Amino acid sequence: MLTIDAKGVYYRELNQKVREVVSKGEKEILLKNVNGQYYIGDGLQGDVKITIEGVPGNDLAAFMDGPTIIIKANAQDNIGNTMNSGKVVVHGNAGDVLGYGMRGGKLHIRGDVGYRVGIHMKGYKKQIPVIIAGGKAGDFFGEYMAGGVLILLNLDNRDDRHITGDYLGTGMHGGTIFIRGNVDKGLCGAEVSIHEPIKDDIAVLKGYLAEYCADFNLNLSDVMSGCFKKIIPTSLRPYGNLYAY
Amino acid sequence: MSHNFQKDISGCGLIGIINKDRTRISGSFVTKSLCLMRDRGNGLGAGYAAYGVYPKYKDLYAFHIMYDEPSAQRDTEEYLKKNYYIEKKEPMPTAPVEGIKIHPILYRYFVKPLSEKAERESAELEDDDFVVKTVMKINSEIDGAYVFSSGKDMAVFKGVGMPGEIARFFRIDEYEGYIWTGHTRFPTNTPGWWGGAHPFTLLDWSIVHNGEISSYGINKRYLEMYGYKLTLLTDTEVVAYLFDLLVRRHGLDVLTACTALAAPFWKNVDTMHDEEKEAMTALRVIYGSALLNGPFSILFGHKNGLVGFNDRIKLRPLVAATKGKTVYMASEESAIREICPSPEKIWSPRAGEPVIVELES
Repeated sequence: MLTIDAKGVYYRELNQKVREVVSKGEKEILLKNVNGQYYIGDGLQGDVKITIEGVPGNDLAAFMDGPTIIIKANAQDNIGNTMNSGKVVVHGNAGDVLGYGMRGGKLHIRGDVGYRVGIHMKGYKKQIPVIIAGGKAGDFFGEYMAGGVLILLNLDNRDDRHITGDYLGTGMHGGTIFIRGNVDKGLCGAEVSIHEPIKDDIAVLKGYLAEYCADFNLNLSDVMSGCFKKIIPTSLRPYGNLYAY
Repeated sequence: MSHNFQKDISGCGLIGIINKDRTRISGSFVTKSLCLMRDRGNGLGAGYAAYGVYPKYKDLYAFHIMYDEPSAQRDTEEYLKKNYYIEKKEPMPTAPVEGIKIHPILYRYFVKPLSEKAERESAELEDDDFVVKTVMKINSEIDGAYVFSSGKDMAVFKGVGMPGEIARFFRIDEYEGYIWTGHTRFPTNTPGWWGGAHPFTLLDWSIVHNGEISSYGINKRYLEMYGYKLTLLTDTEVVAYLFDLLVRRHGLDVLTACTALAAPFWKNVDTMHDEEKEAMTALRVIYGSALLNGPFSILFGHKNGLVGFNDRIKLRPLVAATKGKTVYMASEESAIREICPSPEKIWSPRAGEPVIVELES
């Protein structure tokens, strides 16, 4: 494993260094003393694994295609913008606008996530992006979602907030959201409906959560023991007639 | 067409620190934190507000004034001499900084309105009201003169430059205060000039802001009805004056004022129980023209505390943290960890819910 000390290093130099060692075939990198450097892992390809100690800056793993990034602390905003494949694992909380337009790969967050998570996420055939958060989420979870899977677990229930914020699935027209717990219809956007998961859904969930639990050393059967709700769009083209009546 | 361009990310950066036990700290901390977020700004504005920095003159108003030319200074001082007792007048202490080649003439004055009210204009006004009138008069009537700080025992330092440059220019590390805010600016739709840098202030109210106040036109017309003059060409100015109007003149507490400025949506008001619904409806109706619309995260400093708040759908970031008697608020968690690596608690405040911190009495 190659260790890079990021203390006081400007993001441009840090990311240049990462790119340089990845292009030389490095498969495992430890970034120590990271604090606030933007754009880590952006556009990076290959099967490299990057472990980050400290809080990385915004726009991590944008356009990423293959690598795995493990963050041992909290992470900030805009992770996985238009990410294509690979995985980001966050052991703490993460911020707003995660997985914007994400088109493949996985974001596994152990704690809470902020506002607008999974906004404009999309999927096609085998390209199924997945975001799983172990805590609660802010408003606009799955806004304009067009594909992929969002899973919210509320494992710790640390405060009296709702599991999701307001405007859940507003403008959603594809993909699936699973919430471990009850969902208040009043918080949902007009375009979605709440369902009990069927047998096939449970099998799908179990597959995703097995990997999630392995990442955080959690017990799968404990996580599966919760009562899940499924949220899907009522129409694939909710505004198909908006300008064509 | 070339795609080989460097994208600049936009979004101002904010930092606020308050020591509830009034322990004074050097401006070097707030500078260090703000410099970590240097890419949130683009060098077209940075500034700092500090409380508790002028203990020797704490009963006097500290006016910091920028002048485009000597004639503006002459006219302003003529007016001040007629209406104020001037304890001390001096050029702002500055240091040469390579990146700051041009700057206005910068002076500070420790003053109080003449006690014989008959001697000054507007004799019926209390001191605070008279100072507000003075600031509005200088900013709107004396060409090229702008008051950028007018509180007691507090100071604002701001200008066009990166946060590190502005800090070195004003020798920020030589000041010690118990509340600090800092701002790095990325102007989007108003000019980047010395008076347009944040913080925006009036008396001891100071505002740093990330975002846009889309309701600027409505807010401006509303404030003008109460005698405020909006002269600084930037939306954030309305927030400083709205706090002066709502808290000092109308007597609202800080929470109620924040609730008026970032009021709950009607659909949420509808779900409230009767008493709360009635109060919230009244607040929204009375202060409809004070409602701040658009994306914002704001830090609001005043002589008794620090407040952080977001717009109602959280279109701009804000993180808060505590360690002992100190509370931090910033645009990014890393900016807090840069000066406080292990906070006891760190969280993202929810949309429209202010974080209100007061000094211990």
